[in-house]
Amino acid sequence: MKSKVAYFGVFTALALIFSYVETLIPINFGIPGVKLGLANLIIVVALYKMRLSEAFLLSVTRVLLSGFIFGNYFSIVYSLAGGILSLAVMALLKKSGGFSVKGVSIAGGVFHNVGQLIVAALVVETFSVTYYFPVLLIAGLVTGFVIGIVAELMLSRLTNIQF
Amino acid sequence: MKEKIHLKKKDWILILVIIVVAGLSFFLHNLLGAKGANCVVVKVDGKIEGTYSLGKDQEISINGGTNKLAIKYNRASMVEADCPDQLCVKQRSISKAHESIICLPNKVVVEVESAEGSTFDAISN
Repeated sequence: MKSKVAYFGVFTALALIFSYVETLIPINFGIPGVKLGLANLIIVVALYKMRLSEAFLLSVTRVLLSGFIFGNYFSIVYSLAGGILSLAVMALLKKSGGFSVKGVSIAGGVFHNVGQLIVAALVVETFSVTYYFPVLLIAGLVTGFVIGIVAELMLSRLTNIQF
Repeated sequence: MKEKIHLKKKDWILILVIIVVAGLSFFLHNLLGAKGANCVVVKVDGKIEGTYSLGKDQEISINGGTNKLAIKYNRASMVEADCPDQLCVKQRSISKAHESIICLPNKVVVEVESAEGSTFDAISN
């Protein structure tokens, strides 16, 4: 319990590093704007290992920091909307039970994209962006699934740690 | 060590729901998108050369004659190009919003847009 702050720092640093790695190697799915969302891996792990409020704080910290370092004002707004909505949905699914880490992660990936699309629709004040909706849904499904597999592996090896 | 990918029942339901919603919105958009689209924008080397209505049957000479675009029955298609591969000519005709025909050798892009104008700008990139 003493080391809580230290763990929080490590998680934040990890999430930041993953954001950075992602800007280095953009895994190209052939669709603009679709990313693997490596940093979400940390958020998923945090969701299972920390209290919800701490996971939220971690998510917001991560978005703000990586936004200031690698992005711009708009990317922060997009990521914030995606990050908060995604974490909220993941927390709900986790609480409702019956979902594996992969299922929770899939929902997280999908709603991360949905949150960003909502902001995009508000910014350009048109619903035409919805033509991108199915693409983003499937992309979120695939990336969320991949992240879920890795997160499950990570969690199974972090059994002796609980914050 | 190989781990088995195991999904719970609710996971499958979630995946199924997402795929169904994606499929539905795709078809919905295809249906609605057909109505909103009513003009083609011709760009050469990134610059807009002209905007033409899909409602009027016409033939347009692009880029000083390197390409020829035909509009017929609300559909646009490339009928002539002086490039060797003729990929743009072989491409099927376009009519729905955001569909495009691209001729790379001549840097010609033909894209269908709705009359309201483009919905994307630098921000959404």
